[in-house]
Amino acid sequence: MSTVVNFHKVVAVAGGFPVLAGLDIEIAKGEIVHLRGSNGAGKTSFMRVCAGLIPISDGDANVLGFDMRDDRRSPRRHIGLLGHDNHLYKDLWVQEHVEFRAAATGAEAGDAGAALRRVGLSDRLWSVPIERLSAGQRRRVAIASMLVGRPQLWLLDEPHAALDHEGRGLLDEILVEAASSGATVVFASHERDLSKSVATRVVTLRGGRLMEDSGAA
Amino acid sequence: MLREALLIARKDLRVEWRSKVTLGHVAPLALLILVVFAFAFDANARLLELGAGGLYWVAVLFGGTLLIQRAFDVETEDGNFDAFRMSAIGAPSLFLGKSLGVFFQVVLLELVLVPGVVLLYNVRIENWVLLLAAAVGGTLAFSVCGVLWGAMAAGLRVRATLLPLLLVPVLAPVLLAGSRAFETALGVRAEAGWTWTSLMFVIAAVHTAIGLGTFGFLLEEG
Amino acid sequence: MAQMPGTKHMTATPATRVLGAVALVAVLLMVLLGLVVSPADVVQGQAVRMLYLHVPSIWIAYGAFVLTSLSSALFLIRSRRRHDGGRHYDRLAGSAAEVGVVFTGITLATGMLWGRVTWGTYWQWDARLTTTVLLFVTYLGYLALRRLPADPMTRGRRTAVMALVSFVNVPIVHYSVDWWRTLHQKASLSVGRRPEITGEMYWTLLYSTLAVTIVASWLIVHRYRVIRLEELRDEEALEALIASRLKEDDVQA
Repeated sequence: MSTVVNFHKVVAVAGGFPVLAGLDIEIAKGEIVHLRGSNGAGKTSFMRVCAGLIPISDGDANVLGFDMRDDRRSPRRHIGLLGHDNHLYKDLWVQEHVEFRAAATGAEAGDAGAALRRVGLSDRLWSVPIERLSAGQRRRVAIASMLVGRPQLWLLDEPHAALDHEGRGLLDEILVEAASSGATVVFASHERDLSKSVATRVVTLRGGRLMEDSGAA
Repeated sequence: MLREALLIARKDLRVEWRSKVTLGHVAPLALLILVVFAFAFDANARLLELGAGGLYWVAVLFGGTLLIQRAFDVETEDGNFDAFRMSAIGAPSLFLGKSLGVFFQVVLLELVLVPGVVLLYNVRIENWVLLLAAAVGGTLAFSVCGVLWGAMAAGLRVRATLLPLLLVPVLAPVLLAGSRAFETALGVRAEAGWTWTSLMFVIAAVHTAIGLGTFGFLLEEG
Repeated sequence: MAQMPGTKHMTATPATRVLGAVALVAVLLMVLLGLVVSPADVVQGQAVRMLYLHVPSIWIAYGAFVLTSLSSALFLIRSRRRHDGGRHYDRLAGSAAEVGVVFTGITLATGMLWGRVTWGTYWQWDARLTTTVLLFVTYLGYLALRRLPADPMTRGRRTAVMALVSFVNVPIVHYSVDWWRTLHQKASLSVGRRPEITGEMYWTLLYSTLAVTIVASWLIVHRYRVIRLEELRDEEALEALIASRLKEDDVQA
């Protein structure tokens, strides 16, 4: 089992504030990690550091075999990040948007259709401009956009928010599928009842550091 | 890199096609500017005829700045910038793609403005080839400079006010050259229209080279 | 930098105190030479004395601009190699730009006054003045960009790119505007402006350039140090924040 994420006493500063203040964590391939913690605990920042969007000012961090001090750009193409926002081009049709994301990651245009079907968006909706969709539907398009890139590391920030019951079930299935096909999943969520269904491990952050860890699976 | 650039340009044009901002909002506004100039010059036909070349480019500058603003708003809203940085597409490709997208949008704008100037200011196009070349050169220079400088102001809270401040001094030579070239093409002056046109192409080339080299720096955070 | 005791937050050091004294003396001498010793011009009379401030100012402005651009390039190169590298180049770029904008402003002001006296108007659309105005506005834009809140490296990169692009752009602007005015040359108004500079006037001009350069250097050094102090203050605040974060967990755990 190879290690996908390895942080040792990592300190990261964003906007003049130490968002991570000495974080230690090790995540192995195939795990599904549920990140918990109150606002400001560092969940989003941790994921952004993993994605290479925030540089490290102290400590060592290794993601997908890349040393994040030397090169934080290279791992990005293997990582899928879904933030609070949906990263959608609102003027485009659903299908056009996902096809663009597919092409941008080097996937086939046909994969877009498969991804959309996987997130349960019927083809009636494919020619609808994204701005006309509901919040839950937009979230599904966002997930489909991520799915189509086939990332090795999934980083999701509050992915279940805005999804209805059926949507959540679908998302959970997708996450399990991803993990069993070799990807690693990390998601942050406030919701407590989720950890029982999908996550193999629960990690709690506070003050930019690790507080509790249910341990690797 | 070219494939990626075309991908982005196509996406931008599709966004434009769906939202119809250029044809629906900006072109009418630019036409309105032409009308307002007539108010400013008290409908003095001779002045308007003499100034047509320059006034045209001022209108392009005005409308074009709005289009560049929009081009970057599309990339920075809804967290799209993060998504872009996570993708495998390189910064130079984004630069080229965005420039191409803006280029075609400004061309759309100019397709409305040229007839506007001809009709409203009562000028005749003496040299079609020169006019076309000057329009292409000027638009190329405008697009490339605009995207490069737009990136410098992108994602900043005060960008709507900062972008014109940064952009206009840079575009001064383009404005200068475009106006003179157009005046020659419109028969108002008998001057070196082709030299001015080549200058605009040179400006476009220089900024393309710089943009390709430095766009990566502009996209990095932290 | 060597510090005098009790001066942790001042930007003076023994070296700059000497430099400052030299600058002061140099300026006094410049005033003496410029206003009293050097001769009036045959054509322009006393008005030519404006030359001694106007010309050195624009040379310093261009020099500061070159310094900003050079520092920016070095900053970009250094920032590639090390995560936090090259910050001193970024500071230098900012300091030089501020001093540059001041002297560009002086150039424009003295130019306008000089024009009023010799031509009768404050402004002429000649190549030099127009290019200088564009340079001035470009500087202002650069400083505006620097003032926007952002993480120092991001801001440094952004402004460094702007400085470099502007640097490449200036010759283009200069050439375009120059050619534009050459094509429209009416009565040679600019001829009446450039007096024959020989003998005492020449030496006074050269000396004035030296004096202004010393003043500008003194200003740049101090501005650089003020920036450094601002950054130190921010760093200390950050360290305090990190320390308090680490402590709060130990207390609660």
